[in-house]
Amino acid sequence: MRKWIIAALMFAAMAGCSSTEEKPAEDTGAATTPPATTGGATTGGATTSGVTGSGVTGAQAGGGIPSSALKDPRNILSRRNVYFDYDQFTVKEEFRPLVEAHAKYLQANRSARVILQGNTDERGAREYNIALGQKRADAVKNMMLLYGATEVQIETVSFGKEKPRREGHDETSWAENRRVDIVHSGE
Amino acid sequence: MPRLFLAALAFMILAVAPAHGQLTIEIVGGAGSTIPIAIVPFENEGTWPLGITGIVAGDLTRSGLFRQVSDAGIVPPPTRAEDVRLGDFRARGADAVVVGSMRPMADGRVDVRFTLLDAVKQVQLASVSYIVTQAQFRATGHKIADVIYEKLTGDLGVFSTRIAYITKQGNRFELVVADADGGNPQAIVGSNEPLLSPAWSPDGSRIAYVSLESKKPVVYVQSMATGQRQVLANFRGSNSAPAWAPDGRRLAVTLTKDGGSQLFLINADGSGVQRLLSSGGIDTEPSFTPDGRAILFSSDRGGSPQIYRLTIASGAVERMTFDGSYNVSPNATPDGKGFVFVRRDGGRFLIAIQDYATRQVQVLTSGPLDESPSIAPNSKLIIYAAQQGPRGILAGVSSDGRIKQRLVSPAADVREPAWGPLPR
Repeated sequence: MRKWIIAALMFAAMAGCSSTEEKPAEDTGAATTPPATTGGATTGGATTSGVTGSGVTGAQAGGGIPSSALKDPRNILSRRNVYFDYDQFTVKEEFRPLVEAHAKYLQANRSARVILQGNTDERGAREYNIALGQKRADAVKNMMLLYGATEVQIETVSFGKEKPRREGHDETSWAENRRVDIVHSGE
Repeated sequence: MPRLFLAALAFMILAVAPAHGQLTIEIVGGAGSTIPIAIVPFENEGTWPLGITGIVAGDLTRSGLFRQVSDAGIVPPPTRAEDVRLGDFRARGADAVVVGSMRPMADGRVDVRFTLLDAVKQVQLASVSYIVTQAQFRATGHKIADVIYEKLTGDLGVFSTRIAYITKQGNRFELVVADADGGNPQAIVGSNEPLLSPAWSPDGSRIAYVSLESKKPVVYVQSMATGQRQVLANFRGSNSAPAWAPDGRRLAVTLTKDGGSQLFLINADGSGVQRLLSSGGIDTEPSFTPDGRAILFSSDRGGSPQIYRLTIASGAVERMTFDGSYNVSPNATPDGKGFVFVRRDGGRFLIAIQDYATRQVQVLTSGPLDESPSIAPNSKLIIYAAQQGPRGILAGVSSDGRIKQRLVSPAADVREPAWGPLPR
C-alpha cells in the first residue's frame, strides 16, 4: 500500500514537471506490440524515466510498457480471461501467449501488480470450488513466473462459484465461468 | 484503509435487520411408523393470541416421528394428569397424551405447566413448570416439544436450537439466523457481495463466515449479542472454510498465503496462526471431530477429491472415502460415530453418511445438486442446500434417510445452512 502511494506521488511530481506532455499514449497507436515500444518514445521523449503520460508504470529506465496497452483493444494485454476445462486447472496452450504477454508486462514494469481471480462453474461444493478456483489462479501465476514476473507482483484469490459471469445451468454458461481473470492494480 | 473502515461501519448499521420472509418446513417423506400423540389445549390457552400447544404440535409433526390424534369428544378436555382417563385416549389410538395449564401470575408472567403421559404403559413420563413472559411462549413451546421428543424417542430434541443460512435476492446477500422451525428470522449481515460458510461457535455466541466484500475471500467472526465483527483471517490470497474447535478457542481455516489451499489453526481473535499440514494439492473444508482430536477435510492429494482424517497430535492422515471420484464437504456427526458429506454420482451431487467403524456409506438424498450438509446436535437430522427448479432451497433428511423435509422460503434463494448448538 505504501509503495503505491510513493509511486503515485512520484508520478504526480513528474507530471508537474512536464505538464505539456500529458497526451495519452494510446493516441499514438504504437502500442500493439508492447515490447517494441517504450513509454519514453511514444510520449514524445518526455524523459527517460519510463513514466508515460497516461499512467504510472514505474518501470526501470527505458524498459516500461505503457499501461495504456492494457486498455488497447488491439493489444493482447487487453484480453484478461483464461478459460479451463471441467475439473481441470492446467493452462491450455491457446492461452499461453496471453499469459506470457501479461508476464512480460510485469517484468517490464516492476512496480506493476496483478490480482488473478479464479472462478469455477456451479457444479460441486462451494468451499471446494473456492480451492479449485485458487488452483486455477495459481496455475496462471506459475506460468507468469516462468515468463519473468515476480512473486511479489501477483496475488492469487478465488471466488469459486460465487460470482458467475453467466447464471445459466448449461455447458455454455459453465464454460464461461471456468475462468481466471487477470486484474491489474487500479482497475 | 479508510474505505475498509467505512465498509465496516456500513455493516454495523445493517446488522440485525428482520430478514425477508420466513422459511416454512414441509414434510415430504415420512418415517415408516410414527408415534400417535394427543395434545390437549392447555387450560386458559385461549386467553392469549399465540398459544403454546400449536407450537408443540407443529414441532413434533414436522420432525416426521409423530402424528397428532384428536381429543375431540372428550368433554371436558382434561388439563391435569389426575383428570385424564387414558382409556378415552387409547380408544382414539393415542400412545401418549399431553395436558397442561397456563395461569397468569400477579407480576404479569404466566405459569405454564404440562404433563406427558404414556397411555400404553399408563405412567407419567414428565411434568414440568415454566414461569415465562408472553414473549417467551414460542421458546417455551419448543422446550416442551424437546422434553416430549426426548422422552418418547430417546434422542435429544433440537426444537430449541437455531439455524444460520445465506439468502440471495438479486445481488443482495444476507446471513440469516432463525429458530430451527424457521421462525424469528434475523439478518445479521447484509452485503452486495457473496457470503458463505457460516459456522457457529460451540456455545452459539459467535458465528464465523466468509465474505467476498473486499474482492477476495476473508473470514470474519461476529458476536451474536452485539453484532460486532472482527476479521479472523485476511491474509494474502484466499481465506475461507472456518470450522470451530469444540473448545471454542480456536478455528481451523483454509489459507493460501503460503501457496496452495492449506489448513491452518488460528485463535478465535485472529492470532496464533499455525500451519497444520503441508501438501502439494488442495486441503480444505475442515470439520473437527467432537473430541477435538482430529479434523476431517477434503483433499485432491490422491488425484480426485476425497475425504481424509488428520489426527492433530500425531499429524497422521488417513483416507476415509474410497468409492466414487468426488467426495467432499465432510461434517463430523456430534455422536462421534461418523460424518455426513457430499458425493458426486454420475452428474448428481448427493448427501451421504459414513460410519467410522463399518466404513459403510448410506446415500440419503437423490440430488441433483445437494450440498453443504450440516448435522443437528442430536445427530439425527441433516439440513442441506438443494436446487428446486431454478431456486436454491434448504432441505432436511433424517440420518437414517427415512424422513425428508423441505424448507420453503417465499422469496429468496437460500443456501449454506449451519445448524446451531443446543442452547445452554
